[in-house]
Amino acid sequence: MARAKDKETAGAPARADERENGFVPPARLSVRKAYKMLVGGQFIRSESGRYMQVADPMSLGGTKENVPWASRKDVRDAVVVARGAWDGWAGRTAYNRGQILYRLAEMLEARQGELARALERGGLEASRAAAETAAAIDRVVSYAGWADKYQSLFSSLNPVAGPHFNFTVPESMGVVGVVAPARPALLGLLGAVLPIITAGNTVIVLASEADPRTALVLGEALATSDLPGGVINVLTGRAAELLPHLAKHMEVAALDLHEVAPELARKAEEAAIGNVKRVRTRSIDEAAWFDADSATSPRWIERFVEMKTIWHPSGV
Amino acid sequence: MAAEGGNGKGAAGPSGARTYPDFSAPTVDKVMVEERAAALGKRSIKKETKVAGLLLSIAMMDLTTLEGKDSPGKVTQLCQKAMRPHASPEVPPCAAICVYPKLVPVAKHALAGSSVKVASVATAFPSGLSALDVKLEDVRRAVAWGADEIDMVIDRGALLAGEKTRIFDEIAATKEACGQAHLKVILETGELGTYDLVREASQIAMLAGADFIKTSTGKVTPAATPAVTLVMLEAIRDFFYATGKRIGMKPAGGIRTAKQALHYLVLVKETLGDAWLTPDLFRLGASTLLNDVLMQLEKERTGAYQSGDSFSKD
Repeated sequence: MARAKDKETAGAPARADERENGFVPPARLSVRKAYKMLVGGQFIRSESGRYMQVADPMSLGGTKENVPWASRKDVRDAVVVARGAWDGWAGRTAYNRGQILYRLAEMLEARQGELARALERGGLEASRAAAETAAAIDRVVSYAGWADKYQSLFSSLNPVAGPHFNFTVPESMGVVGVVAPARPALLGLLGAVLPIITAGNTVIVLASEADPRTALVLGEALATSDLPGGVINVLTGRAAELLPHLAKHMEVAALDLHEVAPELARKAEEAAIGNVKRVRTRSIDEAAWFDADSATSPRWIERFVEMKTIWHPSGV
Repeated sequence: MAAEGGNGKGAAGPSGARTYPDFSAPTVDKVMVEERAAALGKRSIKKETKVAGLLLSIAMMDLTTLEGKDSPGKVTQLCQKAMRPHASPEVPPCAAICVYPKLVPVAKHALAGSSVKVASVATAFPSGLSALDVKLEDVRRAVAWGADEIDMVIDRGALLAGEKTRIFDEIAATKEACGQAHLKVILETGELGTYDLVREASQIAMLAGADFIKTSTGKVTPAATPAVTLVMLEAIRDFFYATGKRIGMKPAGGIRTAKQALHYLVLVKETLGDAWLTPDLFRLGASTLLNDVLMQLEKERTGAYQSGDSFSKD
């Protein structure tokens, strides 16, 4: 953007008075974006007013860009809307959730260039950024497909010693807190969040600290898909600061922690005792996120479902 | 029709026609009142003060259920909650339970021996569009069944048609029918249209003998707002300066969060002072508010934000 602008100004003829005082006005004012987090379908700054700075390699003077630095209260507000969105999201038919996810893929496809550019500005080479974006969109399509199929795989009719039908079905858990991996910033975030929402949960995701900007650009696509507000809430900030609050919150049902330092993960597990949260931690190497066979396994959906077993009288 | 309180109400003039006190009230600057009400909601209230405010708001709460499906079981359950909102010993009981007249005996029985009062809506709640004698009978019946407080509605249609003296007479008659019971007059500000009319209706209600003035039935949107509450609080303040009488205030409807409750306490403190920060002169009419306040108190105690699933619905 900035480069293009400078090229234009260089070619613009300067008026006499401007040449005198050395000021050459740009042909256009540059329009720069205020990156915002996505909470409850709304684009928000941090209620604290805090910002973090991320490098902007596209700018000439090495300027940095601001992204919101979420606070404890932002986490709390996000939990409230995620809890509010859960009933509606889990209450939709599995088929409809699949349709909505596919619609998300359509929206991402249209923004493919923008997402790839965001990844480039986050430090990737152009070819890798394009490959990651494509893989991320394909990942959405995969989970759109799984939305109405994983239930059959994990349900069972259990033999019991009595005149009862006994069957087990997976159900959603509620609000799940996710710490996304540092890299891949886009595919890692979506790859972690998609299996969780496919199961009917709602999510609060703390974006990669290495490249938070890409997650905020993704947020703009999430908001224009048919995904109801509050199903995916994207926060940018410091996991070390925010995770303990998420872990302590009694309304959060589970945590999915990627590449969280052992000491911080241990603290989160301790704080999670209050409401017996399910805490899953893992570190997947970057290449493994691109392995569609393993990363779209229904086992990933199974990590955040609650199994419900029902006894029903049979026979007459 | 002569009732205690009020300024020479119902007196027959020399010509035999009744004379009324002066209902006129100052006009309200809409922009200013909304700005001031909003500004008073931006206070930063820190830990100990916040806890004290939240506990006070529970002691001032009229725990309300006004639904067609209210059953004796539900009202009994709500009474238990009003008497003992939380296991912690420092959490006080609520001020009152607010129910429909038919459920007054149930509430009275459930609350026997406690400090919690029974308030009943009456006078053809929520519209108030019945004949006066029917409305008065409604009140007498509720009082006979044991109501300590009566929440009446004014006939908004009559007020909008300019029949101020009729409103005055009806409130005065209702006050008489209340006997020993306290009278709260619901203005239903959401239907009055302007702050000027809210201020005037407050004036009429106070002159006619109201013990409390109350914003809303909870059946109309908008219900209580900080701005309309501020207008009514200022009417109470000016009435106190003019007559020396302390009238109570009850915002009701739409107050759902602990933050809102604290906002209302700040409005009262800044407009009327500490004298009004008591359940005798200030009440919050609410149903879902209590749980949010309890959740915030638990958050302050434990440091963890709470889940609504851990608090009883009624």
